[in-house]
Amino acid sequence: MNWRSAATIYRFEIARAARTPLQSVLSPVLSASLYFIVFGSAMAGRLEAIDGVPYGAFIVPGLVMLTVLVESVANASFGIYLPRFTGTIYEVLSAPIGALEILAGYVGAAATKSIVLGGLVLLTAAFFVDYPVAHPLWAALWLVVSALTFSLLGFVIGVWSKSWEQLQLVPYLVVMPLTFLGGTFYDLDVLRPPWRDAALFNPAVYLIDGFRTAFFGRGDLPPAACAAVLAGLCAGLLALAVWMIRSGYRLKP
Amino acid sequence: MTPVLSIQGLSKTYGDGTVALDAVDLAVERGEIFALLGPNGAGKSTLINIVCGLVRPSGGTVEVQGHDIARDWRRARRHLGLVPQELVGEAFETVWGSLVYSRGLYGKAPDPGHLERLLRDLALWDKRRTPVFALSGGMKRRVMIAKALAHQPTVLFLDEPTAGVDVALRRSTWTLVERLRDQGVTVILTTHYLAEAEALADRIGIIDHGRLLLVERTADLMAKLGRKELIVQLERPLAALPEALAELPVGLTDDGHALVYRYDVAHEHGLIAEFLRRLDRAGIVFTDLKTRQRSLEDIFVELVEGAR
Ligand SMILES: Nc1ncnc2c1ncn2[C@@H]1O[C@H](COP(=O)(O)OP(=O)(O)OP(=O)(O)O)[C@@H](O)[C@H]1O
Ligand SMILES: [Mg+2]
Repeated sequence: MNWRSAATIYRFEIARAARTPLQSVLSPVLSASLYFIVFGSAMAGRLEAIDGVPYGAFIVPGLVMLTVLVESVANASFGIYLPRFTGTIYEVLSAPIGALEILAGYVGAAATKSIVLGGLVLLTAAFFVDYPVAHPLWAALWLVVSALTFSLLGFVIGVWSKSWEQLQLVPYLVVMPLTFLGGTFYDLDVLRPPWRDAALFNPAVYLIDGFRTAFFGRGDLPPAACAAVLAGLCAGLLALAVWMIRSGYRLKP
Repeated sequence: MTPVLSIQGLSKTYGDGTVALDAVDLAVERGEIFALLGPNGAGKSTLINIVCGLVRPSGGTVEVQGHDIARDWRRARRHLGLVPQELVGEAFETVWGSLVYSRGLYGKAPDPGHLERLLRDLALWDKRRTPVFALSGGMKRRVMIAKALAHQPTVLFLDEPTAGVDVALRRSTWTLVERLRDQGVTVILTTHYLAEAEALADRIGIIDHGRLLLVERTADLMAKLGRKELIVQLERPLAALPEALAELPVGLTDDGHALVYRYDVAHEHGLIAEFLRRLDRAGIVFTDLKTRQRSLEDIFVELVEGAR
């Protein structure tokens, strides 16, 4: 591993986001705040508590996850697609840098950004609702691994995409709906039988449930199953991303 | 001495079936300036990009300082610097930031002194805090050269360094290349300008349709160019070369209207006079005389046409 190379990419990517703070930080935090205002405060009185957790608090982990997953994919896919598009990627591809260093740089930076955003959403939530954090370390670890996993997904999408349109397609047509339907706003048990079973094929369900368990001490699914899904996704996407870089898939003609 | 760059049987067929390189062999020595010359689409960029790891070869091997670019790519790439053909840049980064980034990518410790020298050499020091998008095209190209040199490579590839560049910048690029050579850097450049290859290169390789047609020392190539032709336009066409001229280096044009006398400027020694005397004695009347020198262009065209 050449850490200096990885750190160079990492710093460059962070600096790129820092040049557009409004776009990078303000808009995701603002949209998450709107959810809290609408669902957490304005409507909370009319919505029932779920398993003894007030509705406003119930949606906090899901909303943090929603932000982290969507932002991870968007950041990482853009981060690698942009140099592909402009041609500046030649420098990275011709430098003595291996797949793991490239990923540490690009994926690490994208994950960092979304973790910061997730933290900001969590802080913002504290203004609107009270929520417990039963297992803070678990929550932190879960957040970090989820951010890395979906940044890896973003990287893979950014390498695969041949156009700006394709780049937008997966985040908004796949990641966003899956996360929305993944139990951010409701408990799995409210779903009728065929839909509840179908939901179990949605990886976001496990991520959100696992994260929620870290907050409230209990969830709908066994924590081990959630952890296994997250770890499996992370390992699978890591292998795919490494293969893409090593083989030159859509990076080298 | 082992060559700095050794290419053997290098081939490339792109996904769409285009054969860009066809079994190219080439060895470049340390400290050499090597010019790769060829028409559009000849395969120049493909060759450079394979060596630098941007294009996957279909066959053959490449070694840089004895390191195979496939097996020992990390060590091989440390030696290489690349200025690609297209102007690209991180638009919003400053000139200085771009250089720091390039050096960091190679895992080298920061060396502001080296970067400052580079920028001063390339007349970019005043622009170090300017974002790249605000530079002129010529300046951007110099930034790309500086980026390629930021990690102190021993082999520098310049893919058409002077395309679309004004005369002053072309001259200063040449000076830079020569200075790099004096520092022991091997420079491999591509160009469409024969004059550029002639002025700079120690050796010239001519490539077309993915085949390396010729590799020769520039001096030897120029010696071939030292040959001239004296063309004698005849009043009446001849059916065959007269007996009296047989032992001289003379030929008759296909239509019989002119005699072509080939000679070497350096070794002429009164033979032209002898040729003309013999013409006179044989009663051959001529209406015009002209001399013609073969240029690198001619050789180039001959080679390229001959290969088709
Ligand atoms: N990515 C690619 N996919 C398919 N064909 C390609 C690709 N890149 C280059 N080619 C083809 O390979 C051949 C060689 O191209 P290359 O860019 O190496 O030529 P060149 O000598 O650098 O030309 P120029 O002087 O115009 O830069 C051309 O026929 C070109 O169309
Ligand atoms: Mg080219």
